[in-house]
Formats: sequence, C-alpha cells, structure tokens
Amino acid sequence: MSELCDRTVHELIAGLRQGEFESPDIVNSVAARIAAREPTVNAYITRLTDQALEQAGKLARPDSSSSALHGIPLAIKDNICTKGVLTSCSSNILHNFVSPYDAHAVSCIKAAQGIVIGKTNLDEFAMGASTEFSHFGAAHNPLDLSRVSGGSSGGSAASVAYGGAIAALGSDTGGSVRQPAAFCGVVGLKPTYGRISRYGLVSFASSLDQIGVITRDVVDAALLLEVVAGRDERDSTSVNVPAGDFVPQDNDIQQIRIGLPRECFVEGLDPGVRSSVQEMLTAIAPHCACVSDISLPRLPHSIPTYYLICMAEASSNLARYDSVRYGLRAPDCATLEEQYERSRGLGFNDEVKRRILLGTFGLSKGSIEEYYGTGQKVRTLICQDFEQAFKSVDVIVTPTTPTTAFRVGEKLDDPLAMYLGDIYTVAPSLAGLPAISIPCRARVNGLPVGLQIIGRAFDEKTVLKVAYAFEQVAKWPSGQGV
Amino acid sequence: MADKRTLDHRATGPLGHYSGYELVIGLEVHAQLKTRTKIFCSCPVGYGGEPNTNVCPVCLGLPGVLPVLNDEVVRLAIRTGLALGCSIAPRSRFARKHYFYPDLPKGYQITQYLEPLAFDGWLDIPGKRVRVRRCHIEEDAGKLIHAGASSMVDFNRCGVPLIEIVTEPDLRTAEEAEVYVNNLRRILQYLDVSDADMEKGHFRAELNISVRPRGSNEFFTQTEVKNLNSVRALKGAIEYEAKRQIELHGRGESVKKQTLLWDDRTGETAPMRSKETAEDYRYFPEPDLPPLVIRPEEVEQIRASLPELPAQRKERYIAKLGLSEYDASVITADPAYADYYEKILKAGADPKPAANWLTTEVAGALNEQGIGITEFRVKPEAIAELIRLVRDGKVTGKVAKDVFAEMVASGGNPSAIVEAKGLGLVQDDGLLSRTIDEVISAEPDMVARYRSGKTQVLGALVGAVMKKSRGKFPPQKVSELLAKKLSE
Repeated sequence: MSELCDRTVHELIAGLRQGEFESPDIVNSVAARIAAREPTVNAYITRLTDQALEQAGKLARPDSSSSALHGIPLAIKDNICTKGVLTSCSSNILHNFVSPYDAHAVSCIKAAQGIVIGKTNLDEFAMGASTEFSHFGAAHNPLDLSRVSGGSSGGSAASVAYGGAIAALGSDTGGSVRQPAAFCGVVGLKPTYGRISRYGLVSFASSLDQIGVITRDVVDAALLLEVVAGRDERDSTSVNVPAGDFVPQDNDIQQIRIGLPRECFVEGLDPGVRSSVQEMLTAIAPHCACVSDISLPRLPHSIPTYYLICMAEASSNLARYDSVRYGLRAPDCATLEEQYERSRGLGFNDEVKRRILLGTFGLSKGSIEEYYGTGQKVRTLICQDFEQAFKSVDVIVTPTTPTTAFRVGEKLDDPLAMYLGDIYTVAPSLAGLPAISIPCRARVNGLPVGLQIIGRAFDEKTVLKVAYAFEQVAKWPSGQGV
Repeated sequence: MADKRTLDHRATGPLGHYSGYELVIGLEVHAQLKTRTKIFCSCPVGYGGEPNTNVCPVCLGLPGVLPVLNDEVVRLAIRTGLALGCSIAPRSRFARKHYFYPDLPKGYQITQYLEPLAFDGWLDIPGKRVRVRRCHIEEDAGKLIHAGASSMVDFNRCGVPLIEIVTEPDLRTAEEAEVYVNNLRRILQYLDVSDADMEKGHFRAELNISVRPRGSNEFFTQTEVKNLNSVRALKGAIEYEAKRQIELHGRGESVKKQTLLWDDRTGETAPMRSKETAEDYRYFPEPDLPPLVIRPEEVEQIRASLPELPAQRKERYIAKLGLSEYDASVITADPAYADYYEKILKAGADPKPAANWLTTEVAGALNEQGIGITEFRVKPEAIAELIRLVRDGKVTGKVAKDVFAEMVASGGNPSAIVEAKGLGLVQDDGLLSRTIDEVISAEPDMVARYRSGKTQVLGALVGAVMKKSRGKFPPQKVSELLAKKLSE
C-alpha cells in the first residue's frame, strides 16, 4: 500500500472509517513529504503543518455520519482568504496581509472538517501560467524540477502531485487550475461560473474568476466540489442551482456524444500531446454514443478576447491596493501621489503592471469601445459557438494545453508565447462553462499530458462522469487494445 | 455645446439683471437614502459615531470581498423616481467609476452610469416644469480628517446609499434653483426616503451653470460647482458664477470648462486642484453585480404605496377644503405641519378655522419658541377642542386667544383652562336681561336713535353690554335679546 500522503481523499476516508489509521497519521505523512520536497519544489508560501497536526489530534475517529473531509489535509491557493493567516496573492503589495475572514469555500472546507495544511504559491494575483511570477520564488514541477509547475495555481497542483496535500483549492480565470493540473499530472476542475462563491477569492478578473479543485482523481474532484459548491448570499454572481450528487456511480457513457473542435487540433499543437490525446479518444470511442468533429469557429479569437477582458477587469480590481488601509506602504513619501506611485511601483511585479497598464488603456475614453467593448462582443459570439455545438454533442474534448510543461525561464521574456499557451482553456472560461483536465495515459518524454472535457453550464455531473470514464481508460497498461 | 466660443457682448446691451444674458442652470442633487444598513454590506448607517466603527471587510474594500445590493435602497429609489414622474428601467446596471483617493477604498465608486434606475421625470416649480433627466443609486465615499501635517480617513460613510437626481438645464435664476431644491427636499421628506438634512450632509447639490444671450437657444461652455452645503451657498455660487462668466464673455474671453469649489468664507468659486479632478473615470459595467431587474408588478406595488405629495395635497386643500392658495401652501410646506393640520380636522374641527389657527397663532408660537411642529407641546386634538368652544359659543374668539396662550404656556386642556380661569361665557339669562335693561336706561339717546330707524347703533349698544360683562356674555345672544327689548 502506498504512503498515506499519496492516497486519494476517498481512500483515506475509507481507511479512517475502518480504523486503519487516524487523521494525525495522515497529517504526519503529508508534513514529512512537505519537509522533504519543499526545498526544491516551493509549492507553499505558508505551511500550517503544526496547526494542522493539532487540529487532527482533536478530531474523533470518523464514522459513517462524519463530515465529507474529516481530517483530510488540503492546500489553499494563497489568493483565497483564510482567517488569521497570511493571504499574500504572491505579491509584495500584500506581503503582510493577514485576512480577518475566511473565504466562503474555505468555510465550507472547515465545516466539512477538512484541515488547511498550507497556502500555496501562485503567479502574483493569479496572473501567469507558470508560477514563476511569484514574490516568493517560482514553484517547480515536482515531476521534473527543471520545468514549471504551470500556473497560476502551480503551488496547489504541485503540492497535490508530490503528496504535500491530498487535494487543493485553486482559482481559474483562463486555465489556472486546468493547465497546472495538466503539467503536474493531476485532475483540475473549473466548475461553471457561479457554481462556487467567489467571496474571499481575491479578484483578478471578476467575470471570469472561478474557484476550482485540484485532486488526484475524478471522484475526489466530485467529492470536493460537493463540499464547496452552492449559492452564497455574499456573492451576487453565485447561482442557486441544486448542487446534487456529483460523484460518478459508474462509467457508463453509452448515451454521451463527444465533440472534437477541429479548430483545436491544428498547427501549434505539440505532436506528442496530440497523439496522447488521440490515443485516449480512440480508446473511449467504442464506449460512447459517438465522437464527432464539431466547429467552434470563433475559438481562434478567444486569446485576444480573453486578454482584453481580463486585463480591463484586473486594472479595476487592483486599484484597491493603494497602501492606505493595508499592505505595502513605501516609506518616507512626501505626497499622496508619491505614496501611491512608489507603493504600487514596489508592490506589483512586471507582469501585473503590464496587465494593469494595458487594462487601463483598454478602458480609457476613446479606447473602451474598440478594446473592452469589442472583447465583450466577441465573448458573446464565443458563447454562441458553444451553444450551437452543444446542440449536437454533450461534451467537448480538447487537449488542455498545446505543449507539456515548459522549462523554468523559457517563456519569461516572451509574454505573448506564455499567453498563447492558454488557447484551449480560455474559451470555456469566457463562456463560463465547466471544464476538467485529467491526465492522459501516455506521457510525452516523461511529462504528463492533460485532456480537457468541457460541458454545458451547470452540467458538472456529465463532465465528471465522462472524466471518470476516461480515467478508467487511462489506467489500462500501454499498448493494450480497447 | 459650443465649447470654445465666446459671446459678442456688443450684441447684448446692459439690460436687466444679467445685462442681457440669461443663466442656464442644471442641478445634480445627492440625497442620502434612509436605510438601516449600507448599500452593499450590512453595516449600520449612522450619523456621527467614532471614526471607523461602522465598517466591515466589504465597505473597507479588503481583498476578496464582493458587494451585495441592499433591496431597501432599490425600493426607496423607485419610490423617489415614481414621485418625480420618472420611468423605471426594467433593467439597469451598475458601473465602476475609477479614481484614486484615500477615502475611496476600492479605487472605484459603484454607481449607475449609462443605465440609471429611473429617468425622464419632472418636478414643478411655480410657472415652470423642471425636467429630471435621471435618478440613480450609488455609494458614498469616506471622509478625510486633516490633523496637522497628517491626514486620517474615516470610512463610516463609505457605502452609505445615495440617490443622485439630475435635472435638465431648465433653471434660469438663483431663485428658481432655490425653489427647486426646497421642493425636492420636501418631496424626499414626504416620501420618507431621506431626511434631506443639508447640515448633516444628507442632501448635497452640485451646480452646472453657463450663460447665454437672452433669447438664444444655444448652450455655451458650462462650469461645475461643488461644495454647496446650503441653499445660501447654492444661490451665492449661481450669482458669483453668472457675474464671472458674463464678465469673461464681456471681455471676449472664453469660459473654461472646469470644476470649481465654492468657498463659503470668501463667497467665491475657485478651480479644484487639478489632481482632485480625474480626466477619465474609465466607467465599465460592474462585473460583481448582475443587472438590476425590476418587475412591473414591483413598480406598481410601490406606486400604489406612494403618499400624497405636497403639490397634490395643496391642490386637495384648495379644491376640497376650500382653503386659500396661501394657507394651502403654508400648511403643505412641511409634511409634519400638514399632518398636524389633518389631525385637527380629524378631531372634529372645520377646515377653515383650523387653517386660520395653524397659520396664525400656532405658527406664531412655534416661531417664538424656535421649534418645529413635532416638538410643539399643544396637541392637535386640543386645538380642535378650542375651535369647538368658539363655534359653540362657549368662549369668544378674543378669549380663545388667551386660552391658547395658556395652553402653550402650561400645556393644559382648553376646557379646563376656561373652567379654572372663569373665562367661559356667562349663560345667566336673568343677569343678561338685567344688564341690558341697565344699558337701555343708561343710554337713552342711542335707544331713541335706534327706535327712529338708525339700527346701526345696535353694535354700540351690544358693545356697552359686553363691556359691562367683561366680554363674558355670548355676543350673539346679547345682540338678539337687545334687539328684542328695543323693539318692545
């Protein structure tokens, strides 16, 4: 049997219930792994292993009626507020910000008796795709330390991948849960916009931000989603849709029609990634109703559309970091203007500044129609593309990323190349649709490949069921036929 | 707009108040809506209070918080919109207005920019209908407190709900602006949507003003004036700006489009420091709040619950109660005053004497004491009783005024005062008869003149009887009995 820190939530809950081990055993196992791996991976900004152990010690042995996450150590991305704990967003401007409140999702986890084991590294304010743009240093890929963990939820994905947490919360604005999950070989689910309250998630792009879950398998993603989903009065954009039972009961997908957007399997897609995804599709095809080509004609416009909107919203959301009430304040400023300029100048990194500047420009008089306005119009068209597609298929499958994890430093000086890596993940974000990334069976040069499944709004159930079926396929040994 | 134009002053002579020019004035009023809690969080709305006590993560703009719209704010705003004859948008949106200032925690204010909740209304002032362009809801900012070299911020006001009411440029004089502002305040108070107290900052006006040659339909460059904390300041700013702008035109110089601050102390306007005026607010739809959707049933429900407004009430007093225009205006000027009036009527008094008492004696007493009607110790029911005593011939009008003075002084009940002070009319018919006889014998000349047909002397004879009784005989009865005895 594997070490406790390498097991899934549902395996551990079963083990706890059967009395094979106790919660402190799990926390100890995870803490030992963190101690061993953190010096090279750097997945965590704040480790809470001592507090976690104390909490675990207080928990009684679970029975069949105990809460869903009883005694399970989970990691929280450091842009999600945790009461009494540093919530830095990996930014110098919030290097000392201790949140006085818990985010809704964190409250849900605590109510389900989950244990917060630490706060994970990210690209500053979730702006990035490699977790290199962090005030606390890059988070490396635990499968290959010379490569990035992905981003922006790189710390969450890396911790789950190396056994530093059993599961984690991340946030996904244009792929920030799915892409690092793909790079680190774990499962990353971004639910429908509005499914999980954003209260306490530090805003980057409000109309796109959504909390997501990063886990070791599909069942865990469903379990964790059940805990954190639901309407919250404190988030007016959270939706009152019954959460329901997300955990797949079987892998019967005979009725499911799978669509493959032809715009996704084109130039720019790494041949290794393509064949890895293709192999999964070939394996699943006999088990579902059909696998057919579809078209999302506006998909090629999704990158510029996404960046127009997210930068505009970011420029607005980050205006509150003015050094007046909390966070970094530059010393010895003579005037208010100087205080603003120097504090924000010191507080934000180049990538954040780039986005604030471009977003500010995009909202300016004389530019807003051309940039933000056009972005919104194309966004509507992209939504329509999906609506059209979902008339003939039940889920849409794409690669999660065009390549596997790239090398640390490789794209640091080429923001555009970094942005283009989001090609498959941003479209469902623009349309607010649920999407999951699961690892393909075949790796490329030892690096994991993610397969993305996109569903209809609020149809996480189907997405998870199809993901579960793919997961079964991926478990087959290499070369074995269907 | 004819921004960079100047007026040819030679075309307009020094005629009238503004030397041939007329003013073009629009007002933007911000009124604080009377809710228990703030617009986007559940912090209490309080006036005064220790700095930074009515605050929470949401109104302080902490990382990760989101606004949640207070339904009561929407209800009060719809009430206001309907009372001003506005259409209510079935769907309106919030927007973010960006600028940096320490009293603005999020770096933007949540307001309604392109799509206001209510639009296209009006408010009547004597001789004119002032068009209301829009009413929308927004959040207030905090307050800077300067202490020596350092400045502190009090965020208590942050997130207090405001309604902004914007007119078309329909006003032409300072007096019209004053009447508009007073009428609007009265309406908000009648609706009970705002205390509209200017001293407490519950009601703030901003002025847009330009001048043009009388008879022109063009609009010239306007200036915006802020920091008007009283009607006096508003009028002062209008007069000052009118003079300044007319002089500029007269010299052939152009008026600069700018935002000015009124200074109560100097009685002048001065440009705001440029850093306080953002060039570009970068409005865009607030992504944290869904569009505000109002169902028609909701609007109708609120419409049905609207109280009678000052103008309607005044009309009713004139048409149904037969009051004069003047009395009706005075009584409806303040909703509490009109409510007091209606309580007098409800207690059985007739409309006209009630109005007389209210506009003369009661008004005088309030004025003397420097208090409002709600603080007045004499209850409307007591006024009604006093009026009844006069009507029923229990006291004369003259005595009633003394009784009223006593009511004001002691708070006593009118009948009890009449009883205790022996102010009631003497109903002793024997005594009356004897007194009349005495007067008839004492005034033979007048009696003879009366009997010779000069009946107008009756008044003098009645006066003589009343004098003997110190005003305590019922005058009507004296007159009747005297006439009878004289005819015998």
